[in-house]
Amino acid sequence: MCIVAVVDNSLTLLGLLSVEPSYGYDLKHTYDRFFGVRKPLAFGQVYASLARMTRDGQILSLADEAGGGPDRKKYEVTEVGRTRVSQWMFTPDIPSETLQSNLFAKTIIALLVDDNADRLLDVQRTEHLARMRELTREKQGADLMRVLLCDHALFHIEADLRWIDLTGARLTQLRNEIKLP
Amino acid sequence: MTALIQARGLRKFFGTTDALRGIDLDIQRGEVVAVMGPSGSGKSSLLHCLAGVLLPDSGTVSVGGTVITALSEARRSALRLKEFGFVFQFGQLLPDLTAVDNVTIPLLLGGMKRRQALTAARGWLDRLGLEVAADQLPGELSGGEAQRVAIARALVTQPSVLFADEPTGSLDSLAAENVLTAMLELVRKAGTTLVMITHDPRTAAYADREIIVRDGQLAATDRVGVK
Ligand SMILES: Nc1ncnc2c1ncn2[C@@H]1O[C@H](COP(=O)(O)OP(=O)(O)OP(=O)(O)O)[C@@H](O)[C@H]1O
Ligand SMILES: [Mg+2]
Repeated sequence: MCIVAVVDNSLTLLGLLSVEPSYGYDLKHTYDRFFGVRKPLAFGQVYASLARMTRDGQILSLADEAGGGPDRKKYEVTEVGRTRVSQWMFTPDIPSETLQSNLFAKTIIALLVDDNADRLLDVQRTEHLARMRELTREKQGADLMRVLLCDHALFHIEADLRWIDLTGARLTQLRNEIKLP
Repeated sequence: MTALIQARGLRKFFGTTDALRGIDLDIQRGEVVAVMGPSGSGKSSLLHCLAGVLLPDSGTVSVGGTVITALSEARRSALRLKEFGFVFQFGQLLPDLTAVDNVTIPLLLGGMKRRQALTAARGWLDRLGLEVAADQLPGELSGGEAQRVAIARALVTQPSVLFADEPTGSLDSLAAENVLTAMLELVRKAGTTLVMITHDPRTAAYADREIIVRDGQLAATDRVGVK
């Protein structure tokens, strides 16, 4: 069983394409290197995503290489695609009690495209703290059962926040380690 | 509405360390603000500048319309005594004085008669649930009790702003929660403005909003809206 919750595959692929143009085959391997350690992406999924992104005008395929088969197409992100990636990166995820793997993907992509990873973590921190404030308010005057449930949620969201803080402190190191070959 | 505390272009150097690198900040009257950020990012330096304990190398701080960065040391210290309260992580109570005597200190410094000061001090200790500990020495108090005494001492002058630097930093979860809720109840009731540094998100969750200091600057947390 895979413990990593939903990563938005398509957006992550689009994010990787906004680092540099890539063949479908290479794209899959780059994806797996960062996000597919437990569960590599199927080629079929990669090509389905590429087709959808092409249809939506987020990427376009560069001229076919001479003698290349159907998968010998190089894809490049469009302006529409770049805007979509930026929106995705800087829109915070809903604080939940599960591992924020989407946040992990956004952080890696932000570093790869040299965007402001600090800021995306700040945006997420704000969202998490806002949720913690709601839960803290809910505790006031609530019965003890309710208080205990809120405490549980608070501690889980806090765990995410601690990850956000630590990742923020490690961004420089992370940036150096993930440089694409 | 003009903000109670207005900081503009705050810069502070310690030797070659750039502790504050241009901070603009407004805090409204009655607001409860959590100050967060990594260790060494400049939180305490910012708090000390806002409270007039430290003078910035450039920039201004005004509180209630008074530009405190333009005041003499003597006038700043008089203003601190009258308008501000301070709570720190630990080591703030005088060990040879009882809890209640510790709480009277700012009142006595302000020229109040001892008898009157003792009555006021006991009142604040009661409000923080410490009536039984009033005559104990700090060494006989638990960490949570000692923090309440420190809070009583900070609030006894009815300051317009309470500055707190990791007020629950040395307490366990439940003690921290009890100290915080007691402090927040009093602060909210009195309409006191609270500026509180904390590493702890659960503590920050009691505030109306948080500001994040990173490398001597405030982090921008505005969202990128979907067009
Ligand atoms: N009195 C001082 N003399 C020299 N350097 C100082 C002094 N006070 C602070 N600094 C430096 O200024 C920077 C900011 O320090 P500050 O104490 O404001 O950080 P902080 O965010 O409160 O950290 P912490 O969370 O660890 O308390 C640090 O690099 C610190 O070493
Ligand atoms: Mg500090």
